[in-house]
Amino acid sequence: MKDSRKQTFKTHGSLFWEFFKIGLFTIGGGMAMLPLIQKVVVEDRKWLGEEEMIDCVAISQSLPGAQVVSCAAYVGKRQCGLTGSIAAALGIIMPSFLIIIAVVTLLGTIGDNSYVNGAFTGIKAAVCGLVILSACKLGKQVMKGPFQWIMALLAFIAIGIFRVNALWAIVTGAVIGIFALLIRGKRGKKA
Amino acid sequence: MMHLYLFTMFFRIGFFSFGGGLAMLPLIFQSVQDFGVMNAQEFSNLVALSQVTPGPIAVNAATYVGLNYAGVLGAATATLGVCLPSFLLMLIVMKFIDKFKESKGLEGAFLGIRPVTVGLIGAAAIFVAETVLVNGDLFSTKLFQEPSTYINLVPCLIFVVTLVLAGKFKVGPIKITILMAIIGAILCG
Repeated sequence: MKDSRKQTFKTHGSLFWEFFKIGLFTIGGGMAMLPLIQKVVVEDRKWLGEEEMIDCVAISQSLPGAQVVSCAAYVGKRQCGLTGSIAAALGIIMPSFLIIIAVVTLLGTIGDNSYVNGAFTGIKAAVCGLVILSACKLGKQVMKGPFQWIMALLAFIAIGIFRVNALWAIVTGAVIGIFALLIRGKRGKKA
Repeated sequence: MMHLYLFTMFFRIGFFSFGGGLAMLPLIFQSVQDFGVMNAQEFSNLVALSQVTPGPIAVNAATYVGLNYAGVLGAATATLGVCLPSFLLMLIVMKFIDKFKESKGLEGAFLGIRPVTVGLIGAAAIFVAETVLVNGDLFSTKLFQEPSTYINLVPCLIFVVTLVLAGKFKVGPIKITILMAIIGAILCG
């Protein structure tokens, strides 16, 4: 009993700490967090499998508000229920909260510093590459057949080139998926 | 009263902004203007600050506005307000998913959603690329007409080096972020 309590305490601690690090090292918000979340949650800690990670991304992308917060809530809930999701969410929120307070109280505001801007140019360029690699890694589990490839390609073109809202793309994907399963089921019965 | 006011204002922002990050900023600007708590100059400070500090932009913005109007406690109320909608909605959706785990409908929905999400993540890379790798749209004939002004050379090199380091040599994202920040500060600063 005592051991299991200790274990739960430890898991809450690591949820907080890992998400604290993610919050500290993702600049630009949104998808920029994905490479790090994927590495920590899927590869290092094995809190989620690749497929569940994709589900988590899809759901948090469809919800309003800060995507990272929903994502943290998902991972925390799966590990330790409600308290786990609170620990993970606090972890991801804390760094930006503390940094903004520190910057505003110490500096008043951010001046236009060319080195700072240069550093952020470098980070953004790196994020671009990291996000592509994340898409490849997570995609490996999902792209099982031609149906998946066509859907992914269509979504990429619709969102990336025609600027379709991501939420609509996900909803459309869900509807097509349901139909695909129905058709497949009917064919299965006939055969 | 100030705190309740901050909380409800940011709760609304958190609830009604889809697309996250930068998509939220216009909504934040409208709300804070309606309540007369921020002028355009302060808002542009907020945008600059949100983009160069880590973490979700929504949290940065809420902390900044809350801090300026009601101190550290105000920052906490505003941040709580902006995060609560996504947090609660996620828990509700998860409950729903766990309840209908066995259903064919949900299985089908995820069959379609998963590949779409992979495409979506790929598309996100395009949006980031357009803010840093090139000037303008990524799919544009400018690439052939005026490549020297269209392509940002140093960011493109950083992009390629990142692909090699992370993809081939398995260097972690934190190390890459720090390394590329330093290279960027030296070469682009």
